[in-house]
Amino acid sequence: MAQDQNSKQNLTEKKPCLSGRGVTKVFGIGKQAMTAVDHVDFDFNEGEIISIVGESGSGKTTLSKMLLGLISVTEGTIEYQGKPRDISSAAKKKEYWKNIQPIFQDPFSSYNIFYKIDAVLDDCLRMRGKGNASEEEKIALKTEACSFVNLKYAELTNKYPFELSGGQMQRLMIARIFLLKPKILMADEPTSMIDACSRATILDMLLKLRDEINMTVIFITHDIGLAYYISDKVYIMEHGKFVESGTAEECIIHPKSPYTKRLISDVPKIYEKWDLDTVVNE
Amino acid sequence: MGKPMLEVKHLKTKYVTRFHEDVYAVDDVSLVVEEGKSLGIAGESGCGKSTLALSLMGYYFAPLHYISGDIIVDGKNISGMNPDDVRKTVLGSDVAYIPQAAMNALNPTQKIIRFIEDVFQAHGIKMTKKEIYDMARERFAELGLPEEVLQKHAVELSGGMKQRTVIAISTILSPKVLIADEPSSALDVTSQKMVIRMMRQLMEKGYIKSMIFITHELPLLYNVTDDIMVMYAGQIVEWGTAKEMVFDPIHPYAKGLMGSIIVPEEGMKTHALTALKGTPPNLKNPPKGCRFADRCPYAVPTCQALAPEPKEFEEHRMYRCLMSVRKLREVYENGTRPEFETEFD
Repeated sequence: MAQDQNSKQNLTEKKPCLSGRGVTKVFGIGKQAMTAVDHVDFDFNEGEIISIVGESGSGKTTLSKMLLGLISVTEGTIEYQGKPRDISSAAKKKEYWKNIQPIFQDPFSSYNIFYKIDAVLDDCLRMRGKGNASEEEKIALKTEACSFVNLKYAELTNKYPFELSGGQMQRLMIARIFLLKPKILMADEPTSMIDACSRATILDMLLKLRDEINMTVIFITHDIGLAYYISDKVYIMEHGKFVESGTAEECIIHPKSPYTKRLISDVPKIYEKWDLDTVVNE
Repeated sequence: MGKPMLEVKHLKTKYVTRFHEDVYAVDDVSLVVEEGKSLGIAGESGCGKSTLALSLMGYYFAPLHYISGDIIVDGKNISGMNPDDVRKTVLGSDVAYIPQAAMNALNPTQKIIRFIEDVFQAHGIKMTKKEIYDMARERFAELGLPEEVLQKHAVELSGGMKQRTVIAISTILSPKVLIADEPSSALDVTSQKMVIRMMRQLMEKGYIKSMIFITHELPLLYNVTDDIMVMYAGQIVEWGTAKEMVFDPIHPYAKGLMGSIIVPEEGMKTHALTALKGTPPNLKNPPKGCRFADRCPYAVPTCQALAPEPKEFEEHRMYRCLMSVRKLREVYENGTRPEFETEFD
């Protein structure tokens, strides 16, 4: 794909958008203390798709919540665009959230079921400061956002979220992101609840977000195949630590850490034989 | 050719909605699964995979209704039987079913061994608790499950372990057909692998005679089953061996489906994913012509009017399209749709 060459060319000139040093999260205190994320360092560059891959319980979602500013950081610093991130007050948090937006795993529980789809999209326009725009302009913007994700605005208007299929809901979530145009998109397992066919569509849209509006996408997944297909950089996470990081080729085709090798061996393949006998028992 | 374990002939079932509308979710499905073989069913959400699984059990309850067709399990026709009789004499002993969220089926207040005792009781098999325990322990050991699980409550087990426990319980009576409806899609990859390995062990040790495996994860089907059948809008659109279906699909829908495979292997990054546009048709009023015509990139106006019949080719394969195999291969090579209506062969 052409974007491979592009990303290589741009590698030298890319600025870190979000970086962390010694980021740690400990839940509980004393004997009950449980370290979910353990002194991780990272540099997420602008306009790249970064995958964080790990099993359930490896701390992926805790890390994403810290990056979003939903939970506090126990130790360490997170820098946003070269400056320490400041989310000490509600107003500053709101300002920060204009730059970073999430998509969650379950599209069915991501919407307020009492709001129509128009209200969801209008909310985004308000956040972008277009709340007072004329009705025509609003509709034009909403139509553009919907067509970006291959949905027809005319068919959606006046509908409630539950009238859509899972794939359509997740696409609408991406339309929201397109309207908000944040610098960073945090996609936490966005494809795990939808079927393989719609999955390809969602992945293509994330690639389009990166290529067309130079968005940084942090893609959290347990499926190493998806990570390989979509990402520029991959971080492999085990028990709260990054055990391996690098470009998708380095990490997944030539893995070094035994954990990565195991994750890859657990995924069914079509060109090589899938070895079922080397299962690590619980 | 092995002995057919499950034979389905022209099965038709429908859902009746609240407004008394009929939705034909399984429309004229015929299939045969031989002894020792496994069949995979692929297709996108809403194409009727799960409804087919429910229909194959012969256990109908509203809103699902049986219309016509035969379901023959090891020589016994179970279609049209009274649901109560089916539950007592067929389910568990002849046909076992594992739903997607099977792990949530365990009552948290009971020990695992109680569910196994329940199974024996419900089928009227007279055995003492000691005998049942010994048998369960033996079976669990053979399937790589620790014996302690029997004395535990469901909440003490992890998701993958619960799923494997449910599979072990539902196959304890050695059913002839196991129908697994997305048994691993709620699990992470490592637990998924263990579930798959366990199902393979069940087959190898002869505890189940044949298996139907439903999922939308194609790489998984490719590794698990002998044959793959692709469903679309309640009908079978293509059938072939796993290898043929993944590397040489003929039907345009199967082709699109196989184009959405993602595996962590070299060359995947440059592989262009094909995503099918649109959604499956509404089965309340299915289209008059080919059901895939609206979304098919190669459709011509005739496709909208004429419903294709299933056609056989290469001896054991089957597909449902108006165009001939030769023509379809040609079309894929050139990437263009046929120009004339008469160009079907």
